[in-house]
Amino acid sequence: MKKIRTIAELGTLRAALERERESAKVWISVSNETCARANGSDKVIAALDEELRKQGLADQVRVKGTGCSGFCDRNPMVVVFPKEIAYQRVSPDDAAEIVGKTLIKGQVVERLLHHDGKGHAVQHEADLPFYRYQKRLVLRNHGRLDPTDITDYLASGGYTALSQALTMSSEQVIEEISRSGLRGRGGGGFLTGRKWKSCREAHGETKYVICNADEGDPGAYMDRSVLEGNPHSVIEGMIIGAYAIGARMGYVYVRAEYPLAVTNLVIALQQARDCGLLGENILGTGFNFDIRVNRGGGAFVCGESTALMASLEGRVGEPEVKHIHTAESGLWEKPTNLNNVETWANVPVIINKGADWFASIGTEKSKGTKIFSLVGKINNTGLVEVPMGTPLREIIYDIGGGIPHGKKFKAIQTGGPSGGCVPEELLDLPVDFDRLTEVGSMMGSGGMIVMDEGTCMVDVAKYFTGFLQDESCGKCVPCREGTAQMRQILSDICEGRGRPEDIDLLEELGHVVQDTSLCALGGTAANPMLSTLRHFRDEYEAHIFDHRCPAGVCTALIRYTIDVEKCNGCGVCAKQCPQNGVSGEKKQPHSIDQHLCIRCGICREVCRFEAILVN
Amino acid sequence: MRTIWYEETLIAMIRIEIDGQAVDVERDTTILQAARQLAIDIPALCHHAAVKPYSACRICTVEVIRRGRSQLTASCSYPIREEIQVLTNSERVIHARRVLMELLLAQCPESKDIRDLAHRLGVENTRFRTRGEGSNCILCGLCVRVCRDVIGVSAISFVNRGWKREVKTPFDAPSEVCIACRACAHVCPTGAIQAEDISGNRMLSFWQTSRELQACASCGRPFAPGAEVQHLTRGRDDLRESLGICPQCRRTETGGRLERWTTSAQSRAIKDHGTP
Repeated sequence: MKKIRTIAELGTLRAALERERESAKVWISVSNETCARANGSDKVIAALDEELRKQGLADQVRVKGTGCSGFCDRNPMVVVFPKEIAYQRVSPDDAAEIVGKTLIKGQVVERLLHHDGKGHAVQHEADLPFYRYQKRLVLRNHGRLDPTDITDYLASGGYTALSQALTMSSEQVIEEISRSGLRGRGGGGFLTGRKWKSCREAHGETKYVICNADEGDPGAYMDRSVLEGNPHSVIEGMIIGAYAIGARMGYVYVRAEYPLAVTNLVIALQQARDCGLLGENILGTGFNFDIRVNRGGGAFVCGESTALMASLEGRVGEPEVKHIHTAESGLWEKPTNLNNVETWANVPVIINKGADWFASIGTEKSKGTKIFSLVGKINNTGLVEVPMGTPLREIIYDIGGGIPHGKKFKAIQTGGPSGGCVPEELLDLPVDFDRLTEVGSMMGSGGMIVMDEGTCMVDVAKYFTGFLQDESCGKCVPCREGTAQMRQILSDICEGRGRPEDIDLLEELGHVVQDTSLCALGGTAANPMLSTLRHFRDEYEAHIFDHRCPAGVCTALIRYTIDVEKCNGCGVCAKQCPQNGVSGEKKQPHSIDQHLCIRCGICREVCRFEAILVN
Repeated sequence: MRTIWYEETLIAMIRIEIDGQAVDVERDTTILQAARQLAIDIPALCHHAAVKPYSACRICTVEVIRRGRSQLTASCSYPIREEIQVLTNSERVIHARRVLMELLLAQCPESKDIRDLAHRLGVENTRFRTRGEGSNCILCGLCVRVCRDVIGVSAISFVNRGWKREVKTPFDAPSEVCIACRACAHVCPTGAIQAEDISGNRMLSFWQTSRELQACASCGRPFAPGAEVQHLTRGRDDLRESLGICPQCRRTETGGRLERWTTSAQSRAIKDHGTP
């Protein structure tokens, strides 16, 4: 691609690309992110290409591997444009039918459509309930752009925000971001405009901008999706930020476990460099800026700003005391502005649409939209982007489609491992930074794990505390020793060794760990335990005082028995039991030998008559 | 902020209050330093004047009231930049320190230093389960930092993460670069690291490392690891002679030189002025 020398030249090129895209109306998108590739999207693309070639349509119809449009559960998703007919869970074998029926005859392949709960088929992507309640700003082009082709991004209005920003003064850009009310999407929720301003005003010639893509929360993958599906939106945001702050060098710190994100990002950076959007004298404005990619080694704590910068510098990724902000003294002790992937991706949207428009979305103190990764016991697993302030109930039931297998909702864990669990009675809570904090959880980077009635909350607290215990860097005493002791006590409770004084001890220890830890990992490490204690104290008490796990999860506290009324003696459980612990005459009710039972639950899973009871 | 300009130094002083006592300090003085100016004792384990604050043990936690808001913070690394009020003995501080001591007691139940400090802070027992495996190391990192930042050798480092963290030599093998200067043992707050001079060798069993002691050029007694003498005299020919002899001989020799010098000075004075 030829170097673009001026802002005007970029405009001309974009107009030409738009015309070119308009003339090629018929095309097929196949979601091709990690989640889709795991389900064979690569092969679907190859099969479609092959089929088009066979039918002699290869020159007219382009098959594009795109980012995932968020409905990860239904991948690989194939959308046929311009009618936007959306097919789900497509396999390579479906290629012939899609090309033959939909492209050539203009008919719809019914069996590949989305069928809602009532048996109705939904043809168009936009009509799927999963998308209908969303407001997609950052994810707007996911599923439409080929992330490895900068012309796709340019043709969809890409780098218009940069052109706009470069005609503004840096103060004006900062003012625009400030007025929009954008807050950091990585979890801190700090006002982005204010952060930029203090970095701009910090002393020193050399300044840095960094993109934090060290997404480590279990079950959260918003940043991966944005980097894989639309890397240019992040790059454009970073260039604008660097221009506003006065930085000439930027870094993306991305975890090495995201190979596709790294690949797509590196391709995008090189294309941007080739086009003259990165490097010396960007678009002829005299502004110099470039971005390098650094891969993190997979330590959760490296998402913390000082640890991230230490790791970038080549030191061990351990947090340091942060009484002096990194905006003043960060990477190599230079003023540094660190923002999360999603924050950067919001910047072009704000510049394009204006601060007032952005600020009109969301709640009083949390503006814009937020991407959540909705996972766990939920029908529609995927990435959802909703305006700040959307009630949890709407996210879980209208978008998420509720809880599978007709089970009852119990809690939703928000904010990643350091977040907290929100119970049923708070489901109408509008989701924003401040409201989630009020109920003992947090926004975090946007993980949402739905749990049903079959989830033990003590077990959940044990899991997340264990995660943080393993990910603690071990530098400070409260985090290293405190998480280990919290985890120990929680294990004791789950294993039937809970002591009456344990609840108070947990609370006391949790507050000290919160108060005295060096960084935010330790500062929030007690949240899983404290929030479940706050909302599900009765479950802790049942474990300790009644030696009972109400959800039937903690194996030391449950017993499997057979309901003689329901058991018809089919013998399936007896065959499957790894301990040979089920016995009984044929066609007579069976029984479980409690001495042999290891409470693996296989009998319950295989029983077709719901005759296995847990108590 | 109340700023006092001392005319002779032209340094801005910030007035803060610690436990009700006012003190004027320079910008970026830490709370711990300021408290020591007032002879207020704040316990600390990972702090040492020779190295930069590390803020790991959190025993030096104090309560800071800043702009009406109170928070706990490690006093060793908190740079004073505005008027604040510090409480080193509030109920919250005492409680936090006690729980931290309980955690350390569970980590190193056999350490006498930890038990003594716990006792001083009013803790006799821990409610937590013992986790330690006999080592008295509390992972304060003083040895690592002194070896790296003061001695400049970096023979040891932290390995592993979190609750599996330990201080080790590379690959847990006898160190190739340790000079056996025993600075690590000197700064260790719990006596976990010990150095012993046995039969011409200095043993640092914590690092499974031993170094041969060099014989004093004067009296012939082994006195310091050869590696240490070499490290100290690298590029300093002027020091080679004086560091090649043991401290005792150096004293004797220096004393002798001084005596010779005074005697000759005296005789010169008698010669010049007629009186000593």
